[in-house]
Amino acid sequence: MKIDFSGLESTAPLCGANSEMFDGISTSPSFQIPDTTDFDDFQKEAIQMVKPAKGTTTLAFIFKEGVMVAADSRASMGGYISSQSVKKIIEINPYMLGTMAGGAADCQFWHRNLGIKCRLHELANKRRISVTGASKLLANILYSYRGMGLSVGTMIAGWDEKGPGLYYVDSEGGRLKGTKFSVGSGSPYAYGILDSGYRYDMTVEEAAELARRSIYHATFRDGASGGVASVYYVGPTGWKKLSGDDVGELHYMYNPVEPTVVEQEMSEA
Amino acid sequence: MARYDRAITVFSPDGHLFQVEYALEAVRKGNAAVGVRGTDTIVLGVEKKSTVKLQDSRSVRKIVNLDDHIALACAGLKADARVLINKARIECQSHRLTVEDPVTVEYITRYIAGLQQKYTQSGGVRPFGLSTLIVGFDPYTDVPSLYQTDPSGTFSAWKANATGRNSNSMREFLEKNYKETSGQETIKLAIRALLEVVESGGKNIEVAVMTKEHGLRQLDEAEIDAIVAEIEAEKAAAEAAKKAPARES
Repeated sequence: MKIDFSGLESTAPLCGANSEMFDGISTSPSFQIPDTTDFDDFQKEAIQMVKPAKGTTTLAFIFKEGVMVAADSRASMGGYISSQSVKKIIEINPYMLGTMAGGAADCQFWHRNLGIKCRLHELANKRRISVTGASKLLANILYSYRGMGLSVGTMIAGWDEKGPGLYYVDSEGGRLKGTKFSVGSGSPYAYGILDSGYRYDMTVEEAAELARRSIYHATFRDGASGGVASVYYVGPTGWKKLSGDDVGELHYMYNPVEPTVVEQEMSEA
Repeated sequence: MARYDRAITVFSPDGHLFQVEYALEAVRKGNAAVGVRGTDTIVLGVEKKSTVKLQDSRSVRKIVNLDDHIALACAGLKADARVLINKARIECQSHRLTVEDPVTVEYITRYIAGLQQKYTQSGGVRPFGLSTLIVGFDPYTDVPSLYQTDPSGTFSAWKANATGRNSNSMREFLEKNYKETSGQETIKLAIRALLEVVESGGKNIEVAVMTKEHGLRQLDEAEIDAIVAEIEAEKAAAEAAKKAPARES
């Protein structure tokens, strides 16, 4: 969001650029006043109406080899499971990933928009944008729509000149740098597994297994998470999808069914 | 109601933008400025007109910094320079705010050149009457750069360049004598170029040195005088060496 420096501009008007603006300007501004008696709280009500619960589990963490990103794939509308195969890890560009939590349309659109901005930055500046810069671009856009009902809780993960980067950005305009995040209704359960199993110096396979198990546990306990646990790895050469396992199958992998011991053989006659 | 004055910068029948060319004339009348890029040092030097006795020389700094790692010197209308420098400084900070990174030299040069171009294609304004020399080190890669912009809004990177009064002679000297230098050698090369067109002496030139570690450092008169003395001594020695073998044969 550019700082407003209109007060510092020199008085020579760049009339070439402004003439179209001045053409339409009349004396009174034309915006509608909201039709309510409660001027202070009407916005809060409006937001509550559109606020969808962020039914999902996504997580990402930085470790020695890079960034691990994982998510479930269930979309729910209240109690109805609308899809079990939603792609919640969005590929912004070959070296940056974004996760989706909140409104699916909002996340998809704004991540795609961020991808466009990142590409334009590359073309203009002849070098890739940093994860810091990309997350800041997104955060500034979301901040400018604050209060208008966007619902986005995303993590931007990538590898740039400074190494692995991970930021959490949400539609309230917040932006946090960190090494471990989980977002969504299943995040408390995921954090449980993630926090107890995390070590900085894991191998890629160990980190992938930790991410997979965290998502599985969240889908096990949270009704709004389920489907397929996807795990992506972001390294110095870009991101790579490591696995996509159905959580039902993962359940029986982690909790194999023991054949019950039969005490007495049933004998014929 | 006149919405805007008639555009001042329009094409001539044979494809010239006369206002821009007149602006370049204004630059040619401005004080000499030179920039030299070394491997780890970049030097900017400008000609200082003979100091007016009562004027506080510290208030007329001709080499300014746009950020911790970028400096600018210019030739031409100094009042225009002030406006351009202010806008560039704001853009440096705005860039830090939006992408949490300092600007690269190329980025801010592109911005300044873009501004200069905008003023050649708008109604009611005239072009900026100055050419700038922008130097700095890129963040993270630490690559030194020297760029020049002019009133038309074009910009390009240089190993060494001069602008302002007698810039052609300075550029010729640089073309003949440029080689990859570092540290003190770069400073000497810049001062030698300036001395081609300026009366010799520390009080007639202002020199600033930019390094990665210390940022922009203005050399004080005593330092400049010392280097000038070194240069004169070297010149005299070279002359003597030339004359001596000639006499022998």
